Amino acid sequence: MFSETNENRSEHDPMHWKSAVKYSPFYNKIKEYDYVNKWHRWAEYTTPDMLEDPTIEYFAIRNSASIFDITPMSKYRIKGPEALDFMNRLLPRDMTKIRVGRVAYTVWCDDEGMVCDDGTVFRVAEDEYLLCAQERQMEILRRNAIGMDIEYSEVTDEVAAISFQGPCTCAILKNMGFKDVETMKMFDVRYFDFPGGEIMISRTGYTGDLGYEIWTKNDQAEPLWDAIYAAGKDYAIRPIGGDALEIARIEAGLIAANVDFSPANETVRPGHAKSPYELGLDWLVKLDKGVVFNGRRALKKEKENGSRYRFVRLDVEGNKPAHNAYLFDNEDGKNIGYVSSAAWAPSAKTNVGLGFVDMPHGEVGDVVWAEIYYQKELKWNRRWAKCTVMAGPAWNPPRKTLTPPADF
Amino acid sequence: MTNNSMKKYDAVIIGAGHNGLVCAAYLAKAGKNVVVLEANEQVGGAAVTGELVDGKKTSICAHYLNQLNGKVSSELNLTSHGLKLAATDVPTIALNVDGDHLRFNGNTVQSSNISEEDTANYTKFMSLIHEYANTLGFLMDEPPLDIFNMDFSDKMTALKLGWKLRFGLGAEKMSEFLRMIGMNIRDVLDDEFDHEPLKGAMSFDAVLGTHTGPYSAGNFFTFLYRYASGDRGALAIPEGGMGTVTSAMAKAAKANGAEIRTAAKVKSVNVENCAVSGVVLENGEEIKSDCIISNAHIRTTVLDIVGTKYFEADFVKRTTDVRSRGGAAKLHIVLKKLPEFKGLTSDDLKSRLVIAPNQKEVEHSFNHIKYKEYSEKPIMEISIPSLVDSSLTDEGHILNATVQFAPYDLKGGWTAKAKADFLNKCIDRIAEYAPNIRDVVEHAEILTPLDLEERFGLVGGNWHHGELTLDQMLMLRPVPEASRYALPLDGMYLCGASAHPGGGVMGAAGRNAAQAILKGDE
Amino acid sequence: MKSALKGKKLMKKYDVIVVGAGHNGLTNAAFLAKAGLDVLVVEKNDYIGGATVSRNLHGDWKYSNCSYLASLFRPEIYRHLNLAKHGLQVVTYNGGFTLTDCGDYLGSYSDHEVMRREIRRHSPVDVDAYDRYYHQMAKWCRFIRPMLLRTPPDPTSFKFRDLDELRWLGKKFFDLGPRDLHDFMKFFTVSVGEFLDEFFHSDLIKAHKAGSAVVGTNLGAMSPGTAYVLLHHYMGDVDGAVGAWGFPRGGMGAVSGALAGAVKEHGGEIRTNAGVDQIMVKNGKVTGVRLENGEEINADRVVSNLDARKTFLGMMDPKDAGEKVVKAAKRYKSRGSSGKLNIALNGVPEFTALPKGSELIKGDFHIVDNMEAYERGYDEWKDGKWSTHPYLDLLIPTLTDPTMAPPGKHFMTCFVQYCPSRVEGKDWTPVLLKQFGDNVIDNIAKYSPNFKDLIEHVEIRSGQVIDNEIGLTEGNIFQGELSLNQLMFNRPFHGCAQYRGPVNGLYLSGSTTHPGGGVMGAPGANSAREILIDMNISTTVPEDEGDD
Repeated sequence: MFSETNENRSEHDPMHWKSAVKYSPFYNKIKEYDYVNKWHRWAEYTTPDMLEDPTIEYFAIRNSASIFDITPMSKYRIKGPEALDFMNRLLPRDMTKIRVGRVAYTVWCDDEGMVCDDGTVFRVAEDEYLLCAQERQMEILRRNAIGMDIEYSEVTDEVAAISFQGPCTCAILKNMGFKDVETMKMFDVRYFDFPGGEIMISRTGYTGDLGYEIWTKNDQAEPLWDAIYAAGKDYAIRPIGGDALEIARIEAGLIAANVDFSPANETVRPGHAKSPYELGLDWLVKLDKGVVFNGRRALKKEKENGSRYRFVRLDVEGNKPAHNAYLFDNEDGKNIGYVSSAAWAPSAKTNVGLGFVDMPHGEVGDVVWAEIYYQKELKWNRRWAKCTVMAGPAWNPPRKTLTPPADF
Repeated sequence: MTNNSMKKYDAVIIGAGHNGLVCAAYLAKAGKNVVVLEANEQVGGAAVTGELVDGKKTSICAHYLNQLNGKVSSELNLTSHGLKLAATDVPTIALNVDGDHLRFNGNTVQSSNISEEDTANYTKFMSLIHEYANTLGFLMDEPPLDIFNMDFSDKMTALKLGWKLRFGLGAEKMSEFLRMIGMNIRDVLDDEFDHEPLKGAMSFDAVLGTHTGPYSAGNFFTFLYRYASGDRGALAIPEGGMGTVTSAMAKAAKANGAEIRTAAKVKSVNVENCAVSGVVLENGEEIKSDCIISNAHIRTTVLDIVGTKYFEADFVKRTTDVRSRGGAAKLHIVLKKLPEFKGLTSDDLKSRLVIAPNQKEVEHSFNHIKYKEYSEKPIMEISIPSLVDSSLTDEGHILNATVQFAPYDLKGGWTAKAKADFLNKCIDRIAEYAPNIRDVVEHAEILTPLDLEERFGLVGGNWHHGELTLDQMLMLRPVPEASRYALPLDGMYLCGASAHPGGGVMGAAGRNAAQAILKGDE
Repeated sequence: MKSALKGKKLMKKYDVIVVGAGHNGLTNAAFLAKAGLDVLVVEKNDYIGGATVSRNLHGDWKYSNCSYLASLFRPEIYRHLNLAKHGLQVVTYNGGFTLTDCGDYLGSYSDHEVMRREIRRHSPVDVDAYDRYYHQMAKWCRFIRPMLLRTPPDPTSFKFRDLDELRWLGKKFFDLGPRDLHDFMKFFTVSVGEFLDEFFHSDLIKAHKAGSAVVGTNLGAMSPGTAYVLLHHYMGDVDGAVGAWGFPRGGMGAVSGALAGAVKEHGGEIRTNAGVDQIMVKNGKVTGVRLENGEEINADRVVSNLDARKTFLGMMDPKDAGEKVVKAAKRYKSRGSSGKLNIALNGVPEFTALPKGSELIKGDFHIVDNMEAYERGYDEWKDGKWSTHPYLDLLIPTLTDPTMAPPGKHFMTCFVQYCPSRVEGKDWTPVLLKQFGDNVIDNIAKYSPNFKDLIEHVEIRSGQVIDNEIGLTEGNIFQGELSLNQLMFNRPFHGCAQYRGPVNGLYLSGSTTHPGGGVMGAPGANSAREILIDMNISTTVPEDEGDD
């Protein structure tokens, strides 16, 4: 399947140490569109930062259809009579509300109510879930499974997946013959016939736009790719790299592990992890769901006593992205926070900053100041930019949730 | 539906071990409506008197009463409820093969071959131990200090501790205390004494009931612990065996209005809306209460009785990491007549007899357990309670011994053969000192740590429901989130020895738990 | 005229005399000299460095014949003493492995993903536990490192500085929160075996990790207290990479050489072949030292870089030291538990388990593959014997540093755990040393068929040999055991834990003081800070650079 140089080395290979890179089943397909060879590793897999030009790739997300390989995501299957109890204890959301065929975006916390990671949970059967996250979660699952009647296993290497995002994606999927795919609501997951066995499609994504994620067996990966291209030849499909995705997710106001928050289970410095409230994810925490979940007591206390930080989406004056900028209070000029993600949002035409300010600062409409450092032709400049706290994401088009989606 | 199932109790206590009974008595005394549910036919947990053969009885698990909390005993008036001591201040004799034994009595030690310096040092050393014990002893009688959420009484406790350390002991002894607290008993003893049998016998007390050898760091602390609890380390034998202690506690509980039900095994705990609401018995009967108190080990409580899904996962993982390894087996011998110990009179046999000739042998006997083997030459303490308590047997005598070391998880398992082999090794060991022992044995049996777990729920065979180490003491016992008796599940409490201050037949955990629960009610 | 000059020289009074030119003594002297003091370092051997040496013991080979790694060395000291200028270059290396009895190996790879694969190869369930372990260790390293360049407080004192330091410490613990505090306490009390049990299932992985916890320690892998020793060895870093290992180009002597350069740069003097017979005290005040040759050198302050036993029991009149200190020094535990072989090789030994082309051999490697073996080795040591199957930490620095042996030749350092300082109560003899060495070599040869043929020269060192040569009591590599009762304000014991001895003007600077052993330089630096405080001179000793 792979050329000599693209060989995937397994741990059983005595020479496994010769390479520290694993190749996704989509690798050869993506490589055909790669002109710049900029890749990095994501959980052992190699993943492209860009294939040609991040801006062009970004517009595939917002304008036509983009393919991003999410095979490297850590994927786990949880199955058994107590699967619902297991998920309900692991996650702060009320999982009894997530029916079969639905997906939940969620975070999970440690006992101290600090977020370990965020991800999506697919209820694929009454007693079976699929959990997907950017980081590895096996140790967390292991301790959660003590005394529970479930089985769990990592399926990262068994499930190939792409994120198929953009306003034309539904039209292409329909062209591919996936019946009634247009009736899928946001966070629906369904199985569809495909040569080689059923494939799973969920209406999920990380772009704040219309889009789907498609989950297959490894050997279906290339046929799927070809089928998408065949059905979408008129839709300017483009594989994209992580840089374009990063712009899209910041524009859509979505947070990323190890960028906007440090996973609690990997955080070494006291106080550096963040709670769901501090990440602006209050809506995920159902303190009154009636069952114990990880972090419940701590989060209850936090709810009563107040959080340390507030997550803010900032509209930053000017056109210089506020990368790593310190934030200052409008009145007394004190340092009250920092920007964790920043990008010029090409569709929203907004200079977006995601960041954190100390409570009680940062209410919607408040003004804070960012100290931005940027360089032009290697000369560094500093700019003070007025920032306004936005009520929501800079980009949140109706087509994200519209069902059935318009054809484009 | 029976009447019972309709009734709602103020508190349900699972397990009628001594701490459960003490807790019940205190709660009942405070006017609470309490029921104690015991799975076995009799109350007492590990503090029981049982029959060996033909009406010959003895204390089946614990056999000396040395840690019973003074406050528990007086506040519950256990004497009036039938607790009677057959012997108090039992002296110790450390046996020597050549019959030249070492006699301990209070703070003094005697032997024909011990130097005057060592005798004097012993008295000096023991008074230092008692000073340390007095400094720490008060901590046993209250819930552990929570330094992260100090309330007024915590602040007072902290202040008191600081004051006692700094001004009670003085700068020099305080720094000496801070040096010694983490040490192994061997280095402490080597620093003080020359006499090998003396060090052997003393190190025995440090390793008794633990999973350590004299060379293992941290067991100076267990040595000290012995003297910080109960009657300053003095040993007593209750008349009628240890069962008398728990039956007195049960009577005290009942006298205060608590209900005690035996043969009532709890199948599960009901949890509604993140809080307990009652228990269900094996027979299906449901008992309602918003306050459930478990006398069991924390691991049994979380994993088996309540169920892990009602607790947060990191907490569950932490409870599974609680170290609870036992290394002691219990030997019972029914004797046709008293054996002859070299150099001992029959009156001497009323003493506690210790076989731990020197530190090296103690360490060697410990070496085996690391590899899941039992000791080739076990060390032990022997008691012949029938000498002071005629109620145990009509004729002949009963010999009890706590024998170390035997692993919980023996390589190859505790088969009948393995048990018989180990029993033989134990009797051989006694025979070194009492050559005619085999001739007078009528019946002998041994309870391995595995048996102790199966019979008394002592997880891993550890007497203390969790090893007594610095990281499993005070506010870290058994795990930080459960150190103040309340588990992180509303209405669920611990009152057993896995909670502070741990220990043997002490009752302090039960008393403290009751106080913490009553305080929470206010 | 001549005698007058000589007399004059004798009359010269130094500000400070440092006894012992080990790395801590030199660090101490360098900081004092930098502060403008007139400093003399006296060393009994004809070479400097103590246990931090590169010595020509055979042909053109340079032997780092005691310590062999330098990653614990505090970067702050490195920088403030300009050691790079004085020729010190610490090179990071990677690799390393544990050989198994069944002919396999567990490799150490610096790349996280390759390491995960390697762990998966042996034990799939342990792969993610490895990440958790890694973060846990990083947490404790980070927690403890700021304490290294600080003087421990006296918990019985009411002085402002002590109270303030106690408050600082208290706050650090408080900031941990209950769960981390629990983990940390556990770390200080449990055995490395128990600690690793909370992470790993595979005995091989545990054994691979446990080595650092028993190195130089008179405790077994199943003995309480060893988890901390693990941390003690993890605290090192090379250029900010925590836990990374490195060694100085040219051998460990490069460290002491550079430190000596720093001493001299600032006008300090170093005299070798100048063993001290006694520290002279008059009216409760230090007046100088008397050398073994009878020569007396005057100074207001004397710093002993020797361990507490050697200092108070060996170099002082018991009357001067005082009854209390003598008693405490006698109780100070410094049992030797390790030995060392230094081997000149005619080539790189081939380890049959390693795949062709593997670079793992550039790191340090071990041959104990299960926890029980460690413990059995320890049991033998307890009875005064050397381990039949010892834990060996082997390193061939010449694979990274070509300066230590002639071209094509190699030097191998072989650290042996356990080895008693006396054999069943008897002194070591050449015959015993040979038997001990042969046992180690046989153990290595089991995994490397051509090993014996490549041996050109072997130096065999027991704890007693090391003691006699460089004065580490019983050859304890940490100048005293790293047990809870001998750490922080208990090191070496209460009253001397703030680097000051029992008489005015006497100081300690060796690893016998906080934060203890390893080629760290921190005790020497801390001691210099205290001396400068006593002299009211503004300090030249750097503070920890922090990590938040």
